Amino acid sequence: MALAKRIIPCLDVENGRVVKGVQFLDIRDAGDPVEVAKRYDEQGADEITFLDITATHEGRETMVHTVERMASQVFIPLTVGGGIRTCEDIRTMLNAGADKVSINSAAVTNPDFVREAAERFGSQCIVVAIDAKKVSAAGEPDRWEIFTHGGRKPTGLDAVQWAKKMVALGAGEILLTSMDQDGVKNGYDLGVTRAISDAVNVPIIASGGVGNLDHLVDGVLKGKADAVLAASIFHFNEYSIPEAKAYMRAKGIEVRL
Amino acid sequence: MSTIAVIDYGMGNLHSVAKALEHVQPGVKVLVTSDPKQVANADRVLLPGVGAIRDCMAEIYKQGVDKEVAEAIRSGRPFLGICVGYQALMQRSEENGGVDCLGEFEGTVNYFGDHLKDDAGERLKVPHMGWNEVQQTGDHPLWQGIENGSRFYFVHSYYVKAAQRQQVAATCNYGVDFDVAQARDNVFAVQFHPEKSHSAGLQLLKNFINWDGKP
Repeated sequence: MALAKRIIPCLDVENGRVVKGVQFLDIRDAGDPVEVAKRYDEQGADEITFLDITATHEGRETMVHTVERMASQVFIPLTVGGGIRTCEDIRTMLNAGADKVSINSAAVTNPDFVREAAERFGSQCIVVAIDAKKVSAAGEPDRWEIFTHGGRKPTGLDAVQWAKKMVALGAGEILLTSMDQDGVKNGYDLGVTRAISDAVNVPIIASGGVGNLDHLVDGVLKGKADAVLAASIFHFNEYSIPEAKAYMRAKGIEVRL
Repeated sequence: MSTIAVIDYGMGNLHSVAKALEHVQPGVKVLVTSDPKQVANADRVLLPGVGAIRDCMAEIYKQGVDKEVAEAIRSGRPFLGICVGYQALMQRSEENGGVDCLGEFEGTVNYFGDHLKDDAGERLKVPHMGWNEVQQTGDHPLWQGIENGSRFYFVHSYYVKAAQRQQVAATCNYGVDFDVAQARDNVFAVQFHPEKSHSAGLQLLKNFINWDGKP
């Protein structure tokens, strides 16, 4: 009897369609987000994450409607991220039916925004997304740095220290994407996942680089992640959620079946 | 037609619970409201809640929700508390340095602690976030059609410990054993989020809509 480790399919949404880039560049179309979310819900996904990668204002309006449609049909937790910069953005998404919002660049620009958001809406709905890349050279002690703008912009911030700071400010969960792994399907960066999971007392979602089911297992058993997030292996039917859960259970991980 | 008042006191996302009620019982009238008249006239009343207990209790008193809740409970109409809406029914929470609550149920709301471990010695994170197994303590109309041990979705850092053990309708374990559902006459309250708990949660909401308020 224990809390289940969560499997979270992530839908990158642009102008109302699900897309998934490989290393944030190559875009392939994967369908209507609500239809995809319903399919995952029926398969037993534990949560859904929508990541809005739309750059335009019109696209953001579309996202609000997408969240509203999703929330009337899918009854598992929904996290919405991408472009969350103000308390008003958070309120809009929560009112549309999101359960949590994920804050990324805005936390780097203005860390106090995380505190303000947590105080106003509660830590339970504030996820801080961290994009980390390994910056230490071979032979040096491991060091990971925070990057923003889809991995293009280094910040000079140490990922582990940053995670601790975000939690101190009120983050209720950390969504950790290891950038050098993302989309290349070599698995999560287990080093940074483990380092951050050990450093903070809130749940960690591992993200970035899942290519097979062993990667999910390693994320939990070696990376000590509380939840594992993946996109393309599910979107392109390489594996189903039930297959992933059965495999994790066979490896001794508590899952919700 | 049955009318359900979801009490809106400015705390959290009420869209989900309203949509879930409409989904399980098409045609049911759900009013997300802070109007005492609408709450008084509804056939059933739901008290939701997320966030910090101090803010919740402050809004509850400021908007007169305490009186609405007390009246709804005394009237015998089916009443459901969810998450902080359950915690608010207890006597006191240790969150925010200690906050007095409505005292409808005897017992307290306690912090999980920063050094929580499971039986195998693995560290447990706080908040308790995700799907955990809910052990029903006995029959209740709200458990109808829900298998004992079903997983429900939780997100909370404080847990209820009920003083009247005969009122406990379900328990859960996360480093400690704690109470996740409590029932007395026409009142049922749960720590988890039925509106986010897929089929088991939707079944509980359906049971609430069909409940006559008798144990």
